[in-house]
Amino acid sequence: MDLQRKLEILADAAKYDASCASSGANRRNSSNGKGVGSTGGAGICHSYAPDGRCISLLKVLLTNRCLYDCHYCINRRSSNVQRAAFTPAEVVKLTLDFYKRNYIEGLFLSSGIIRSADHTMEQVIEVARSLREDHDFRGYLHLKTIPEASVDLIEKAGQYADRISINIELPKEQSLKTFAPEKSLKRTRIAMGKIRHRVENAAEVRRERQGRRSPEGKFATGQSTQVIVGADDSTDQVFLKRSHDLYSNYRLRRVYYSAFSPIPEPSAILPLKAPPLVREHRLYQADWLMRFYGFEAGEIVSDERPNLALDLDPKLSWALRNRQFFPVDLNRAEKLLLYRVPGLGVRNADRILGIRRYGKIRVQDLIRLRVSLKKVLPFVITADHHPSSRELDHDNLRARFAPPPEQMELHLNTPGKGSPLGQVME
Amino acid sequence: MLSVAIDLSFEDWREKARGLLQAGIKPSEVLWESEGEAGLFGGGNAIIPPPVHAPPKVPKEFVSLAHTVSHHSSPDRWGLLYEVLWRMTQGGEASLLKRSTDPTVARLARMRKEIARDVHKMHAFVRFKKTGEDPESGREQFMAWFEPDHRIMPLTAKFFQKRFTGMDWAIFTPTGSASWDGRELRLGPGVEKVEVPEEELDELWRGYYRSIFNPARLKVKAMQAEMPKKYWKNLPESDLIESLVSESRFRVDGMREEAPRPANAGGKNPYLKHLRDLDRCDDTVVLQPDDHVGRPLDKLRELAACCQACPLHGSATGTVMGEGPTDADIMIVGEQPGDQEDLVGRPFVGPAGQLLDRFLAEAGIDRSQCYLTNAVKHFKFVPKGKHRLHQSPSVDEVSRCKPWLVGELLQVNPRVLILLGATAARSLIGPGFKITRQRGVVEGTWLADRVVATVHPSYLLRLQNHSDREEEERAFLQDLKAAVTP
Repeated sequence: MDLQRKLEILADAAKYDASCASSGANRRNSSNGKGVGSTGGAGICHSYAPDGRCISLLKVLLTNRCLYDCHYCINRRSSNVQRAAFTPAEVVKLTLDFYKRNYIEGLFLSSGIIRSADHTMEQVIEVARSLREDHDFRGYLHLKTIPEASVDLIEKAGQYADRISINIELPKEQSLKTFAPEKSLKRTRIAMGKIRHRVENAAEVRRERQGRRSPEGKFATGQSTQVIVGADDSTDQVFLKRSHDLYSNYRLRRVYYSAFSPIPEPSAILPLKAPPLVREHRLYQADWLMRFYGFEAGEIVSDERPNLALDLDPKLSWALRNRQFFPVDLNRAEKLLLYRVPGLGVRNADRILGIRRYGKIRVQDLIRLRVSLKKVLPFVITADHHPSSRELDHDNLRARFAPPPEQMELHLNTPGKGSPLGQVME
Repeated sequence: MLSVAIDLSFEDWREKARGLLQAGIKPSEVLWESEGEAGLFGGGNAIIPPPVHAPPKVPKEFVSLAHTVSHHSSPDRWGLLYEVLWRMTQGGEASLLKRSTDPTVARLARMRKEIARDVHKMHAFVRFKKTGEDPESGREQFMAWFEPDHRIMPLTAKFFQKRFTGMDWAIFTPTGSASWDGRELRLGPGVEKVEVPEEELDELWRGYYRSIFNPARLKVKAMQAEMPKKYWKNLPESDLIESLVSESRFRVDGMREEAPRPANAGGKNPYLKHLRDLDRCDDTVVLQPDDHVGRPLDKLRELAACCQACPLHGSATGTVMGEGPTDADIMIVGEQPGDQEDLVGRPFVGPAGQLLDRFLAEAGIDRSQCYLTNAVKHFKFVPKGKHRLHQSPSVDEVSRCKPWLVGELLQVNPRVLILLGATAARSLIGPGFKITRQRGVVEGTWLADRVVATVHPSYLLRLQNHSDREEEERAFLQDLKAAVTP
């Protein structure tokens, strides 16, 4: 099989992993070395596919042969998909060739499980080792790890990588039993605990040595994970609780939510109906509210309402249910309350705090900050605006924000104006 | 009206603006032009009158803003900068830059943002093509053609130098160029369109682009928001977009029509069998630890990992059982695993464990010869912000966990038993035990030849007062020594 065909099969096999971040690595560049590469600060998206996802890393599997039988996955052993395998040297060369042309920030390498967890990890690590040691590659490396792999191998992977990750795939042990019988939430959490410990320990060593290199300080700067949305029957509450568990116990950098999408070679066990993509988007918004806006999971979803509204963003939805907190006076309210105003993001809320030291906030200021007036005005007081209490209490307030039902139409030259997908991205 | 022409460099503007300001020339009296950009009046450079004011002092923030904005392609950039400079110095609005909703400040901020975005997109969308190798040095040589919105070559060259230090490269844009040969970064003038060669590798990249796209989640608008069409003409992958979009629906319909495939049992693969064994263990639920007290240590460990006798198993990462030689002479019992112990899955590895190590060494006890464990095997905590705050286990949790501890004690059967803290002491000796009054050697128990109860090292860590801590540390060391004094 030629390299072109291998690349196509093994990229196709890797595309269901949503993780694309190339940010958050330790700052480094190639100015004092033989090789190529730099990382630091924000990541760079070098291209975008028509699915709206950024292409930042060469994202491939080392092989799509797999012992496991995860029913949501095209590479499971029951699938008849065409199989291929790279040699480590092929991946190394592709990565370097693409990198030198500025196509990518680095490599995201995962693999089907072949022979055993340890054997698979050894192959993945060989690619990373060769890039770092033989070629002095200083770009970004994200390695997928396997919870059952030995501690020594996870340590090695972490020494070469900027980011390592284990996908929990589904938020409940019971769902894994049904849909991914070889995986275990318990073993994944145990592995994540060890990784967190090592990430923090390495960061502390680097702080103490202030940049002087040492083996103890050499380790990935963080871990992330992915869950598949809509493959099992878990409610949004189950997802958000699991995310909270992973963020607070293992300090994950990111939890990626990936709406289950139809795949070739579908499994007889899995429901074929894909969830609306907007559900994935609402979960990301809720995740953001928990991490950056001071919301508790219990405020966003509850036992009575275990799922997020699809037609409204979770913050607006919360505000409509908690109108007693509004209107909020933009000239007086404290930071955390500003964060709760629909249509005000963290950055604009912080800007308002800055501006109001030098003068009263007026509607004109909101226009200059490019805030959506339609969303904000019913909920705020400014020097020249006071919403009528009738407006805020009005039963129709919710209806004003919900998007009108419309036909879904997507085409390159008339990209879905007013369509549900168009709304998602605004 | 004074007509002033800038040679497109920030330094030239700075010098002229300083002169104008010191001469007391109001913004409304200056007509700014850029050399090489078409001007309305073409008045050339007027002579700036001699200074009447002292040199202005401006915040660093403004200098950096002006430097960035000077690369903007908008012809009114020089005038806007001068207006803000004037108002901050002569106009009495020293903190003008803080007022981000002032129309001119807002406009400049927007210009800066446009530059930042343009720079970011240039970092992203420049595509190098390999043109050959230097015959002498053997260094690979690359070139690129790019069309940014603004004159940003000088703002981006450093990035490419630091990233691609090991190769020779040149980037050409209509408003500037840059090249690097391993020794010197050279900036040059803009050029008209440069033809870049095709490369075989482009086809690999295009194959990658086709395959990484998921046709089941078409979001064309999202793609175009980040990769506007104006950049497409220099990207080798962009001519695939149209067909990928139009074919996507058929591809997805095709997937939906496929017959579902049944699961394949997986055969006799030895690794899958190993995983099934692990699962079988994970699936076991132990609600009555009492049933297992007499089992060997390995079995105890396996069963304790499945213990759900109290609710702590739900939030903790895993069971933390004891560690050390099975025939240890000394067994040490603490309260429960802490944050670090929960993550690593081993007892006494956190701060309290490190303190304990220090005192054991001082008392002449070799940690590696001791069996260390806890009265409760799961970490009990409440999450608070970024931290997990330790919570004392309840009497009920301690008693439900006790069979595991007793099981360990029976197997290790140590000569000396050291109990650290009230939880350990109450679990094994009795609920009424008071460390403060009964610390030291405890007589009359069945537990071991010598039983010593003392404080937990985390208690020492919590003591703020220096002299209290010294005194308590002395007493702690004394207790440890008492445990091993014949």
